[in-house]
Amino acid sequence: MRPKVMEEVESLRGINSVKIKEAHEEGKKIVGMYCVFSPSEIALAADAISVTLCGTSQDPIEEAEKTLPRNLCPLIKSSYGFAVTDKCPYFYFSDVLLAETTCDGKKKMYELMGEIKPMHIMNLPQTANDEDSLEFWEKEMVKFKNFLENQFSLEITDEKLSDAIKLMNRERKALRELHSLNSHKPAPLSGMDMMLAQWLKGFNVDKEAGISIIEKLIQETKDNVSKGLFAFDESAPRILLTGTPIGVGSEKVLRALEEAGASVVALENCTGYKGLDVLVDESKDPITALAEKYLSTPCSCMTDNNGRLDLIGRLCEEYKVDGVVDLTWQACHTYNIESYTVKKYVQEQLKLPFMQVETDYSDSDTGQVKVRAEAFVETLKI
Amino acid sequence: MHYIGIDIGSTAAKVTVFDNEKIMDNFTLPTGWSSVETSRIIKNRLEDSGIEVEKSKVVATGYGRISVPYAEKTITEISCHGEGVKYLLGEDVTIVDIGGQDTKIITLENGRVTDFIMNDKCAAGTGKFLELMANTLGVDIKELTDMALEGRDISITSMCTVFAESEVISLIGQGTDRSSISRGIINSITGRVNSLLHKQVRKDKVFLTGGLCEMESFILLLSQKVGVKVETHKLARYAGSIGAAILAGNLE
Repeated sequence: MRPKVMEEVESLRGINSVKIKEAHEEGKKIVGMYCVFSPSEIALAADAISVTLCGTSQDPIEEAEKTLPRNLCPLIKSSYGFAVTDKCPYFYFSDVLLAETTCDGKKKMYELMGEIKPMHIMNLPQTANDEDSLEFWEKEMVKFKNFLENQFSLEITDEKLSDAIKLMNRERKALRELHSLNSHKPAPLSGMDMMLAQWLKGFNVDKEAGISIIEKLIQETKDNVSKGLFAFDESAPRILLTGTPIGVGSEKVLRALEEAGASVVALENCTGYKGLDVLVDESKDPITALAEKYLSTPCSCMTDNNGRLDLIGRLCEEYKVDGVVDLTWQACHTYNIESYTVKKYVQEQLKLPFMQVETDYSDSDTGQVKVRAEAFVETLKI
Repeated sequence: MHYIGIDIGSTAAKVTVFDNEKIMDNFTLPTGWSSVETSRIIKNRLEDSGIEVEKSKVVATGYGRISVPYAEKTITEISCHGEGVKYLLGEDVTIVDIGGQDTKIITLENGRVTDFIMNDKCAAGTGKFLELMANTLGVDIKELTDMALEGRDISITSMCTVFAESEVISLIGQGTDRSSISRGIINSITGRVNSLLHKQVRKDKVFLTGGLCEMESFILLLSQKVGVKVETHKLARYAGSIGAAILAGNLE
């Protein structure tokens, strides 16, 4: 059964787009970000609001293709399309943008986007395993801090940073607890609802209010579990979804899997669990602690990215997973190439069925995605 | 008791009827423009031959599977092909199914589908591609595959059917002979199948299903590309509908 609080969660979309306007009118500074590598704590410590920017819908892609090549990942095209069409309220009200040099497509797109609004680009190391990487990334944290101090004419103190770190850790802990509720068999929440609750966090203008809604959702879901009310019955095959990020507008593979009768119990992606796994160490120097946390993100832009395999392995065990689906966007080289490594790991080490689905945001392959989803669920059921 | 499997693909609809344990009939007809209409024609034809469809167990598969109102259940063509090949061959193989609108590679282990892969959303490397290219050359598919055996080993590199057609037209313009162009067309399909095969745990045996399994020249060229003798069966075209009928038998 769907928790009633989910309606409140859904209404956050409307509420937040009004709140961001109000915040702007009150003179609050707004920092727009895209990526799970973005240290929102530094923006919060500058008394600014940090928000995730839109990039999960097909709508603005046609407009983006006037400038960008068609053969580019839909996430990059959508993000840029929202920026040039002013259809994303969070982009519209952002005072400054934060970007990172993750994949080549994003990096080059940001050069164009930076012409629209003031943008700071953090230079992300290409590996997390090298000793120098952490030191380098720490310096990047300081540069971003300096950028905001200059832009907003203020000082970001260690005390403010520590407070922001504590707040974001609380948000992570709440979302992590929510995610872990689906380790129960059968799962109390559908993967679609879990995705929604996790994805919407990025748009929360008021972080405290966002945390308290998640806590209410946890409570109601726990009550449902104790009453024996679940989203699926025990026979539904349990799937871990990994790969590229998803949100409203780009959830078609998740939807197809659940419509085919699967229960998507774990979301090992940037919009799901990936950013929640590691907290920021509150006992360390704030900048060092932030650098350590964000550098540990197991992203396909990094070489190697074995941390992703470890995380998939852990989640498969903890969530009693029956099969793994790797979603990759068309023309996303890093995820598409890495899918081979993930497939080998899942099939040979974890001994679990695996399927890769490569697609984009459009509806043009709905039939084919449906066949793949149904066939995969059939192989898990027999 | 009759168990009926109906496989409505993008190009052809295949029907298999089991009378208890034994195959009683297989027939095929073009899908046409409406799967609903096709499923109605199938029902009439079954009833004309004395089969009480309403009292039989029916499973529908293929892209038109949802357009068969009298089917008790729909199952994807992946599972049905696996089941059908298990019936026809009785051993674990890697199945290559070249369909009208997509190509699938399916791994059978202990008689079960354990892995599958489909080409991405594009007609390259599918039956539809072959049909369009045959039209461009003014021959039918059988003639195209036979000509390909005689041709030079050229390649058509475009990944997209529309661009591949332009490529073929420019080859015609350069005066390339039809056999070599045909070879290039077949090479682009067998090459695509070969690369899909490498992404999968591959069994020693490769088994071809779908309409092309009746083209000997094609099987020869595919075997050369893949590096093993590709096997097939006279009923391989019906693998999907046979599998669906068998799964209909499991419904009770």
